[in-house]
Amino acid sequence: MKSAISQQRFNRDGEPQTYLNNGHGLRSWFLTKDHKRIAMLYLVSVAFFFAVGGIYALLIRINLLAPNGLFESDTYNRIFTTHGIIMVFFFLVPAVPAVLGNFLLPIMIGAKDLAFPKINLLSWYLYIFGAAFTVIAVIAGGVDTGWTFYTPYSSTYSNSNVLLAGVGIFIVGFSSILTGLNFIVTVHTMRAPGLTWFRLPLFVWANYATSLVIMLSTPVLAITVSLLAIERVAHVGIFDPAIGGDPVLFQHMFWFYSHPAVYIMVLPAMGVISELIANMSKKNVFGYKLVAMSSLAIGVFGFLVWGHHLFVSTQSVYLGIIFSFLSFAVAIPSAIKVFNWTATLFKGSISYDAPMLYGLGFIGLFLIGGMTGLFVAAVGLDVHLTDTYFVIAHFHYVMVGGSLMGFLGGMHLWWPKMTGRMYPEAWARAAMVIQFVGFNLTFFPQFILGYLGMPRRYATYPPEFQVLHIFSTAGATILAIGMAITICYLIWSLKKGQRATPNPWGAAGLEWMTTSPPPTENFYETPVVTWEAYDFTVVRPEDVTGMAAE
Amino acid sequence: MMIHKFLLGMSMLLPEQASSYAADVDNLYLFLVGLTVFFTVLITAAIVYFFVKFRRRANDPIPAHIEGSVLLESIWSIIPFIISLFIFAWGAKIYLEQYTIPNDATDIYVVGKQWMWKFQHPEGQREINEVHIPIGKKVRFVMASEDVIHSFYVPAFRMKEDVVPGPNRYSTVWCEPTMTGTFHIFCAEYCGTSHSAMIGTVTVMSEKDYQVWLSGGAQQGTMAERGAALFSQYGCVTCHKSDATGQCPKLEGIYGTEVLLEGGQKAVADDSYIRESVLSPMAKIVLGYKPLMPSFQGQVSEEQLQQLVAYIKSIGPAETPAAAPKAGAAAPAAKAPPIMMSGSPEPAPVAPTTTATTPSPAASSQPVQKR
Repeated sequence: MKSAISQQRFNRDGEPQTYLNNGHGLRSWFLTKDHKRIAMLYLVSVAFFFAVGGIYALLIRINLLAPNGLFESDTYNRIFTTHGIIMVFFFLVPAVPAVLGNFLLPIMIGAKDLAFPKINLLSWYLYIFGAAFTVIAVIAGGVDTGWTFYTPYSSTYSNSNVLLAGVGIFIVGFSSILTGLNFIVTVHTMRAPGLTWFRLPLFVWANYATSLVIMLSTPVLAITVSLLAIERVAHVGIFDPAIGGDPVLFQHMFWFYSHPAVYIMVLPAMGVISELIANMSKKNVFGYKLVAMSSLAIGVFGFLVWGHHLFVSTQSVYLGIIFSFLSFAVAIPSAIKVFNWTATLFKGSISYDAPMLYGLGFIGLFLIGGMTGLFVAAVGLDVHLTDTYFVIAHFHYVMVGGSLMGFLGGMHLWWPKMTGRMYPEAWARAAMVIQFVGFNLTFFPQFILGYLGMPRRYATYPPEFQVLHIFSTAGATILAIGMAITICYLIWSLKKGQRATPNPWGAAGLEWMTTSPPPTENFYETPVVTWEAYDFTVVRPEDVTGMAAE
Repeated sequence: MMIHKFLLGMSMLLPEQASSYAADVDNLYLFLVGLTVFFTVLITAAIVYFFVKFRRRANDPIPAHIEGSVLLESIWSIIPFIISLFIFAWGAKIYLEQYTIPNDATDIYVVGKQWMWKFQHPEGQREINEVHIPIGKKVRFVMASEDVIHSFYVPAFRMKEDVVPGPNRYSTVWCEPTMTGTFHIFCAEYCGTSHSAMIGTVTVMSEKDYQVWLSGGAQQGTMAERGAALFSQYGCVTCHKSDATGQCPKLEGIYGTEVLLEGGQKAVADDSYIRESVLSPMAKIVLGYKPLMPSFQGQVSEEQLQQLVAYIKSIGPAETPAAAPKAGAAAPAAKAPPIMMSGSPEPAPVAPTTTATTPSPAASSQPVQKR
């Protein structure tokens, strides 16, 4: 296979052919079937919702500066609900698969596109359609049930826009399902010649495992939301005991989706981290097969642990103990990944560039997120911890420290590939450090708050908790500044960034063997893979330097 | 002021240990904190060391391929697994302690509603958003919700249990206070607008102070006495006759015993059973009786229902007369047999049994209470 730089083709204007200049105008974007353009549509959409969700997070933190709260309780309840719904369903679930997965998965397996390009575009429209309902729900006065929609509060008592938000979540679920379907079929049928399953990049493995979880769990969310809507509209007794339903049934059904959804949010980010660690240290991932299999194991075990959200919900004691045991089982594959990533660094050639910093940041924060998972899985201890700030801190260490760090790390690693421009390295390193500090200052005090008994979803609180809340709000401010810096320099780099070579990192993987940005068809000649994953001996120096060999 | 509170707060990263199992919970917590610190330091040290030692230098050769190591990977799969098993067993042991309600616990009846906690003592005292209990005595909280799910949380006791609405269950949880003082009660399950105002205090008093407190204030009879009055007022007495000649089962002596149902099933006549029988009488029909009873859902308040339960309990096998003695003497409920609560409407599965504290010919076994 020839080097990417030597294959570069030029259009009539003498510009290099890329997916970005193959068609101009809104129509070329909104009716595109190119997975890369759809990924960019998703990027803009999830970035928008991340910003909105982030603003709501700041409003939460502002309210909690004072024990009596700065907003009315009703307002606060709507703020944290909106924060949760937007961040979970419109940022964390789609972020890595729909942006990075969409862009990279076909390229990483040497394919021209996903298996069903039109369905891929449909996924994005479903996302926007679902998001529109949720935005209307927020504008029309908001939702006050928490993102968990527990019955009978949500089905009978709340007089907020539960239905609109529910419809939005129902629709956006199908967006995920179709993306999952697309990924599974693509990985099975469209791998390049010679690219066997165990030569796949771990990012592909992680997205494959995620897709399986999405396909199997998201329909249950659709069913649950539908039943909730039926009860709310037609007063059929399903969850409300006053009309013959069982409120705990809702919790079982909700968490049957929403616990696997945690893995939908974090598994793709783990895939990103495998790529970051390997490529930025130029080492193959230590114990590739075990890391790949641990993704599948997390996916499978993830379906068996929903009951650990119900330890104090009058669930049988014996059931609680079984769910506790299964929750510990899911900790093992996560632990394996952390150890294997660390071992990957051994005898590597470790870069200090921003993607690596994000990779290390992920390991550190996910380690604490994962270890505190043991606290909440230990059933007798969780009785005290559940529904307190300890749980808030725990899942933010996993979701923000894990998924968001993974997403940002991936964005930096593949930014040159996606946009053809380098981001400014010094700014990126500084932003990462600011975010890391801000994040820890925000969420570490919440572990202590939680153990002291501060319940979640409290608009007001006893004054002895104020100091820790002030720390947390200060941290959130720093974190927001860090995020704003990243957003600014990434936008700046679109026009002003240094042009990227096909392989600026000297990384391994098919995506680095095509031009930056890639042409619409990804490769001018179908790659034939004769090497294992993360084989840095096949990296061609001219793709790194961008200078065609004489 | 704030600084003072801050220092006070930092000196106590744990809430007061005010119940018999609080220290057990804290020990597991501190062990896990230690474990987290150990692994965080271990991994961070490894990363920092590698980061410095193997930092990229100009003209680094391509690092050698290292496939992995079955031995190393086995070690760091098996060791976390063993540690996990250990923590699991420890957590489960504490959980069983928290949710195995002792036979000799005194009942306090709790109603959660948007947005307050209401308490009733068997002796008749009623409180809102505060409850007084004696130190060193086991207390069982029998809880019902009037509307949505609430969660009864006392951080100082490390005690929490959701209060789930529904005709077929009471939520129960217990504690044994070991420290006098006043502690927070929080609603831990989001319940709407004023969720964060659904807070209160539990005051743990010395036995002597508690008796003084119990004897103070105007009272309108014990819970059982009020229940007896309601039993007449709602006309229950016309069918549930004490001489068993009524159209409905005789209720004297029934509390805590096993009841044979139509269809061959059995149920234990515990608090939840009585509650369900009043609110949805068709759910469980006693063998040999016709489904005649109307539902009292919407007519009987949660607090009245608890008084009725207390009355049925007082005429149970404990042989206490209908008009229970006034407060001061050991509460009749304290001697009542333990009951079986079940999270499901099905008859509760067979649970571990203990010897009955109050022998009853009809009750062949006395299940230890679990959910």
